[in-house]
Amino acid sequence: MSTGTNMTTTTASADTGERTVRKNSPGAARSPRRTGRIRRIGLPYLLLLPALLLELLVHLVPMVIGIVMSFKELTQFYIRDWGTAPWSGFDNYKVSLDFNAPVGDALLHSFLVTVGFTLLSVGLCWLIGTAAAVFMQDTFRGRGLLRALFLVPYALPVYAAVITWVFMFQHDNGLVNHVLHDQLHLTDKPSFWLIGDNSFVALLVVSVWKGWPFAFLIVMAGLQNIPKELYEAAALDGAGMLQQIRRITLPSLRPVNQVLILVLFLWTFNDFNTPYVLFGKAAPEAADLISVHIYQASFVTWNFGTGSAMSVLLLLFLLVVTGVYLLLTSRGRKTADV
Amino acid sequence: MSSTTRAPQPPLTSRTPRSPMAPPRSFLWSRGIFLTLLTVFVLVPVYVMISSSLKPLADVTGKFRWLPSGLTFRPYIDIWSTVPLARYFVNSLVVAGAATICSVIIAVFSAYAVSRYNFRGKRVFTVTVLSTQMFPGILFLLPLFLLYVNIGNATGIALFGSRGGLILTYLTFSLPFSIWMLIGYFDSVPRDLDEAALVDGCGPLGALFRIVVPAAIPGIVAVAVYAFMTAWGEVLFASVMTNDTTRTLAVGLQGYSTLNDVYWNQIMAASLVVSVPVVAGFLLLQRYLVTGLTAGAVK
Amino acid sequence: MRSIRAAAVGAVTMSLALAASACGGGSSTGGGSNDSPKTLTYWASNQGASIEVDKKVLQPELDKFEKQTGIKVKLEVVPWSDLLNRILTATTSGQGPDVLNIGNTWSASLQATGALLPWDAKNFEKIGGKDRFVDSALGSTGAEGKDPAAVPLYSMAYALYYNKQIFADAGIAKPPVTWDELIADGKKISAKGKSVLGAEGSNLSENIHHVFVFGKQHGADFFTPDGKADFTSDGVVAAVKQYVDLMAKDKVIPTGNAEYAQNQSVSDFAKGKQAMLLWQSAAANLKSQGMSEDQYGIAPVPVQSGTPGTGNQVNSMVAGINLAVFKNSHNLDGATKFVKFMTSDEEQKVLNTAYSSIPPVKAAQEDSAFTSPSNAVLKDTLAKSASALPQVADESQFETAVGTAVKELFADAAAGRPVTTESVKAKLQKAQQQMPTK
Repeated sequence: MSTGTNMTTTTASADTGERTVRKNSPGAARSPRRTGRIRRIGLPYLLLLPALLLELLVHLVPMVIGIVMSFKELTQFYIRDWGTAPWSGFDNYKVSLDFNAPVGDALLHSFLVTVGFTLLSVGLCWLIGTAAAVFMQDTFRGRGLLRALFLVPYALPVYAAVITWVFMFQHDNGLVNHVLHDQLHLTDKPSFWLIGDNSFVALLVVSVWKGWPFAFLIVMAGLQNIPKELYEAAALDGAGMLQQIRRITLPSLRPVNQVLILVLFLWTFNDFNTPYVLFGKAAPEAADLISVHIYQASFVTWNFGTGSAMSVLLLLFLLVVTGVYLLLTSRGRKTADV
Repeated sequence: MSSTTRAPQPPLTSRTPRSPMAPPRSFLWSRGIFLTLLTVFVLVPVYVMISSSLKPLADVTGKFRWLPSGLTFRPYIDIWSTVPLARYFVNSLVVAGAATICSVIIAVFSAYAVSRYNFRGKRVFTVTVLSTQMFPGILFLLPLFLLYVNIGNATGIALFGSRGGLILTYLTFSLPFSIWMLIGYFDSVPRDLDEAALVDGCGPLGALFRIVVPAAIPGIVAVAVYAFMTAWGEVLFASVMTNDTTRTLAVGLQGYSTLNDVYWNQIMAASLVVSVPVVAGFLLLQRYLVTGLTAGAVK
Repeated sequence: MRSIRAAAVGAVTMSLALAASACGGGSSTGGGSNDSPKTLTYWASNQGASIEVDKKVLQPELDKFEKQTGIKVKLEVVPWSDLLNRILTATTSGQGPDVLNIGNTWSASLQATGALLPWDAKNFEKIGGKDRFVDSALGSTGAEGKDPAAVPLYSMAYALYYNKQIFADAGIAKPPVTWDELIADGKKISAKGKSVLGAEGSNLSENIHHVFVFGKQHGADFFTPDGKADFTSDGVVAAVKQYVDLMAKDKVIPTGNAEYAQNQSVSDFAKGKQAMLLWQSAAANLKSQGMSEDQYGIAPVPVQSGTPGTGNQVNSMVAGINLAVFKNSHNLDGATKFVKFMTSDEEQKVLNTAYSSIPPVKAAQEDSAFTSPSNAVLKDTLAKSASALPQVADESQFETAVGTAVKELFADAAAGRPVTTESVKAKLQKAQQQMPTK
């Protein structure tokens, strides 16, 4: 440990020396005390540099390029040299937002489906996760095992989990129809889960199955921070279980929940992997999530200009939602750190 | 467990005189039901995966059977030859492993800077980094791909189609959440410890490695697990950025579904095989994960 | 303040620089060359039962080529689900294989990107001349009036495969020639408890292939002569409705097939659960699934009435695989030599036998290997009653839009919802409006 520290410190300070001189103009390093101060000023920037560079390279610059692409007519004719594709102004946006035309209409439909799906999925994940966390708070026999088991859906790679559900949702030889139709006789003929209207339900089930352990984890972590004395005092005052949950648990969890819900919302809204593995490139109308929809509008139909425009619209929407959400939730909350 | 309970109450309330801390019967009862249902919900697909991977082909092409007609390990042998699974496995390991290590290191540095220093642009930095969470992958997929190609053409560093390019991409994906978590965790490590180390003559980086990091191990483990899982399971970028030699499991597994016949038992076996490292690692480290999240996410 | 400003300026400059470098587009400015005369990269499509089978078939031929020319060929077999995407990324990045297989229906779309080497008279001379190839195969190599963007490699056609045993049990003497006969036969077959006909309802390409043929049989085309999409004409609507009605009204296709996208219908046929199958050159596939050649018969795909021929008597699309060369290849000469090798009479015989397809090279077609009864039907169809899918630049969008419409109609049929002329027309209208307007 110490050897590593020494090596790193030496390298870092050498770097800091150079960078400091380059980055921080106020006064060249003259006196040792000045050098130390400059080194200290420069250090946080240096530490942040790798993250910043990577974010620029992988996230920010491509994003800007993506936005630029949305203003061009980028189809298979121009894909070889996208720089020469003709500028199409706001045409791609007009097409995407013209809700009377099929492309815009399909986008709107996909958007609404995604909103509904995300709200339901996040809601259910949160409910199940919180309930499980509350129920599992006290020690009982087998709790450790159960907790480990509950994390399995989250730990499984997406494609493994979803492909299993595809297998289970098969019309002819899947488990779901076998149980519902053959064994429980709940339906008079086997239903379709991967096409048609039921696909929404199928998607929701898979998404919740995979996602609730995350909420469970976070809430469980949050619960551990609530002092037991609060519960004891409330119990002594005669508060029942439900009241304790309502008066103590939920309010204490508020900061955790706020972040959890936001993160879950963003991740679920943008989720590409789950619908893609579940439905392939052409999702059924009832489950046409916006990420797959845009993928189809760009990669599958070679229309990258429109696809980029749709992605930008999606990004704008998410920015607005996040902004509004943060505004609403930080009222009355100390904003010391972000 | 003192007095007896009375007639059934509405769930989760109890008015019987009892020891204040003992959960009421109704609570235990509803807990039992809820947890049992939840366990079934969680376990059924897992059971399907395991049992189907041991079934002969006839079992998975006909009507679904709960129990295999005969156990066979054949699928586990066949999966390696139907598709070059071993190569995909190695690629995924290399990519996810490298992305995790780099991501953790960079996140540690960044979180330390944000946690311990006040500098101009701190708020901008955190907000920018966190806001990248909401970028739809599809928006920057094609541009990123173009960028890699151009860098490759200009400098000769092969980013497109190489594992390096994928590593760069994945490590950046997990960076925002990792940094944010570690900031929270580092904040919970008292500054006095830092100060003490600085007084002793360590540089700030010394303080980082000697004091803060050891105290934040659970948080770092949590972040590492998250980064690894993100890289292991990513599908979209892997499908575009890899070629035959560098393909990862995420894309490679689709190879089973493009055959003339769909060998579900092999698909299940392969899914199981690729899940085992991740799930095992996750479960082994879950204690750290919980502790890490406790201090990190929950501020 | 200066420090943060300096950092900000630095960051902005860096991003602009990166963006500018990306603005350079692909390497379209770099033309082809002969920089690496000793190696070739070849992307083959998945023609065999699995990727491994393809490798086993192709590798000996590639070794042969290496012996003849000293050029080493690096082979990659790409699954169909990936192939178009990979070609797309190769086109965009300018970094791809030297030679590649493409589905012949993609020829016009890929031609429009400008990434493929056009086969003008000079290039054709290098591989022995254009006349070596069958006309119908050449008809699917690019837009009309332009030089072909690829060279035909394997030719396939649809045929009606029928299970002899099931037919015998149901008392059917010979395979149906018209659709009405097929439906009538279907009643006899389902009376015996077997399913009648299979379909891949969720496979967009399969849907297109079939509705195209039905369209021809109704005298309609999906595109106007000047290349505009026209999916709502009466003929097209009737055609799509007839195909979907096979499930909705005639109950000849089982509802479960609406979900099929991974060749499950072929498995159903191979396992003897299903009486008939409309498929392209299925022999190799069926053999790999354990069905021997004497268990099934091959007949031409049914027509509305009469016998297969041209015009309204078309009963198959011209299916096939073309071999294309990337313009940016670093070994153009080598690539041309490879194409010559793969389209040589001898190699055509070897490869097409392995894949149970028909050689598009006239001389090779005459070989005794391709005169068996099964191949005779396919050859005949290709020569007399097959028609090429529209060679328009928007072909892939067409496949997606109309293919999805048919998939949704099948879903309706499977769920028991009515499939009417109006509902078909509405879906086709939606598909048409999704086509790019130029």
